[in-house]
Amino acid sequence: MAIFVNSDTRVIVQGMTGRSGTFYTDQSARYAPCYVGGVRPGKGGSQHLDLPMFNSVKEAMAETGANASMVIVPAPYAGDAMIEAIEAGIGVVVCVTERIPQHDMSRVKKALQSSKTVLIGPNSQGILTPGQCKIGVMPTRLTMPGNIGIASRSASLTSEIVAQFSKAGMGQSTTVGIGGDTLHGVNFVDCLKHFRDDDETEAVVLIGEIGGRDEEEAAAYLASLDYGKPVIALVVGRFAPRGRQMGHAGTLSVLGGGTAQDKISCLRDAGAVIAENADDVVAAVKRAQAAG
Amino acid sequence: MLSENQSKELLCQYGVLIPEGRLAHTPEQAEKLCKDIKARKYVVKAQIAAGGRGLAGGIKFAATPSAVANEARTLLNSKLVTEQTAAAGETVHSVYVEAAIDIAKNYYIAISFDPNSGRPILLASAAGGVEFEQLARMDENAVKTYLFDDKPETRDELIAFLKGVGIEGPEAVETICNAHEAFCENDLTLVEINPFVRTGDGKWMAIDAKIALDRNASFRRPEFDSMVEDLGMSSSETEAQKSNINLVKLTGDIGVVANGAGLGLATNDMITDAGGKPANFMDIRTTARSFDVARGVELLLSDPTVKVILLNIHGGGMTAADTVAEGVNFAYSRAARKLPVVAHISGHNAEWGINILRDRQVPVEIFDTMSGAINRVVEIASSGRTG
Repeated sequence: MAIFVNSDTRVIVQGMTGRSGTFYTDQSARYAPCYVGGVRPGKGGSQHLDLPMFNSVKEAMAETGANASMVIVPAPYAGDAMIEAIEAGIGVVVCVTERIPQHDMSRVKKALQSSKTVLIGPNSQGILTPGQCKIGVMPTRLTMPGNIGIASRSASLTSEIVAQFSKAGMGQSTTVGIGGDTLHGVNFVDCLKHFRDDDETEAVVLIGEIGGRDEEEAAAYLASLDYGKPVIALVVGRFAPRGRQMGHAGTLSVLGGGTAQDKISCLRDAGAVIAENADDVVAAVKRAQAAG
Repeated sequence: MLSENQSKELLCQYGVLIPEGRLAHTPEQAEKLCKDIKARKYVVKAQIAAGGRGLAGGIKFAATPSAVANEARTLLNSKLVTEQTAAAGETVHSVYVEAAIDIAKNYYIAISFDPNSGRPILLASAAGGVEFEQLARMDENAVKTYLFDDKPETRDELIAFLKGVGIEGPEAVETICNAHEAFCENDLTLVEINPFVRTGDGKWMAIDAKIALDRNASFRRPEFDSMVEDLGMSSSETEAQKSNINLVKLTGDIGVVANGAGLGLATNDMITDAGGKPANFMDIRTTARSFDVARGVELLLSDPTVKVILLNIHGGGMTAADTVAEGVNFAYSRAARKLPVVAHISGHNAEWGINILRDRQVPVEIFDTMSGAINRVVEIASSGRTG
């Protein structure tokens, strides 16, 4: 099962012939044989990394049966690349490109509204269903298949926590990087809904941070129903000064650029088990499962 | 973030009314510029790149040009501490002198993106002015929101929405549509007008404005980089930006080297929980190379408030641990001040990274867990404080 991607996923790469595209396609395809082709206007008919190249997403989908795309094109072109994939009707788009202008993402979100495509990212490490499918740039050596579902806003922190899980013998069903940008595709609520329906996922971990409203919305969702599985949350940035942007894009405070404390208290009130810090997540899952 | 002056100029180009004003760098200049401003009274406003200025005494009224000079003298080169600045405050390098306006009522408006729909969103409140932010934090209902649509028939909806906040009349609606146009046509991520006022003679005017540019759009707006030069950033923060590192200076003594925003935030939380004080927030971006990391470490080593360095690195798919270690090593090979390093290094090429630090004689202690490294670094920092 897992969520969004599994061993049946067939992936094309938009921007495969670039330096990063080549490197990460090669890595991802070696990890799991889900890759069926690449898209680069003008390169149709050629081969790259032993995979067929196409001029458009539509053509690639028709020829290969692809149902997912990794967008790894430079920021100035990433918005259009996502829109092309969405308009072609592909199932999942994973965008790892960072520093995409917000006005471009606004257009992408508009395209998403009239489609069934699931967008993961941008500015995301991608999505990994261990042993089945990797679309993204995350390291895989310290991951293993299992029953913990993870959704997160930050890449390296998540890799660190995933490594801790694997070390403790707790594998992962799917790890989703929802991305560090203000305007992004799937959010925590989407991930929670999918993990809830996924038989393989026994506990869900949310790794959040200051800014945005993803955590608050997740809390509201959790409070609205009997979720049925333990949810564990880590929210970082408890001591970040107000009004400063800390790496990831911040949000206007009146739009709900919530503090870490606010996010923690509403998640706790909604029944999530709170991890005290980044070294406490594995223990927090164990606490939640013991209580569950 | 643009300065008040730049923000208002941009809005003015789109037909938003602003009070007449001039930027001054000296009291004499401020006095002289009053001649160019048609007004019975003046306002002298400290130019800093943070909000909360009004409550912090950064806005002064003056009846005559010589009073303007006096207020400018007090403000210029002073440090203004607002709830949005660092504790040390921000130095006032210039003041904006403008005509004092006869205000009938203050409102608040802002345009940004709604994270859910991705559409431009209008925030409006009948409680504009210096205390708006505090008020909005206490009372969520003080702010009403409206999602912009590009369909022309939604104009009536906008008019009805604004009426609900008390903003009425074709001029007011026109002003807000103009601000929306400025937002859409210039790759802006925020247009905030506070206060947005109705004047005694029934005009609508932007008394203060804050505009945020999307630096990620610099590739198609090359002017952006020069427009926001250094505003609100310390020199080390600007230096770090050039090296693909997000650095935010804090007030403690533990220099933090971390890759990724989330890991950087998590690290600082743990240091603070353990009783330590981070000297900075650091996020080494995935595009950084060893030389960039070296520059970031050098900035910490050359900061006299930093007593010890913590490396918290998780080698990811894009920034391998050895890349960071090479950078640290390079900085140490050149630095005169070799502070002790405590490190937790895991992930991609972690062993390699650890070997680099050990072999090249960086004074490092390695820990298997983040908590272990953080407890040790806090111990070193506090022993330095007492001894």
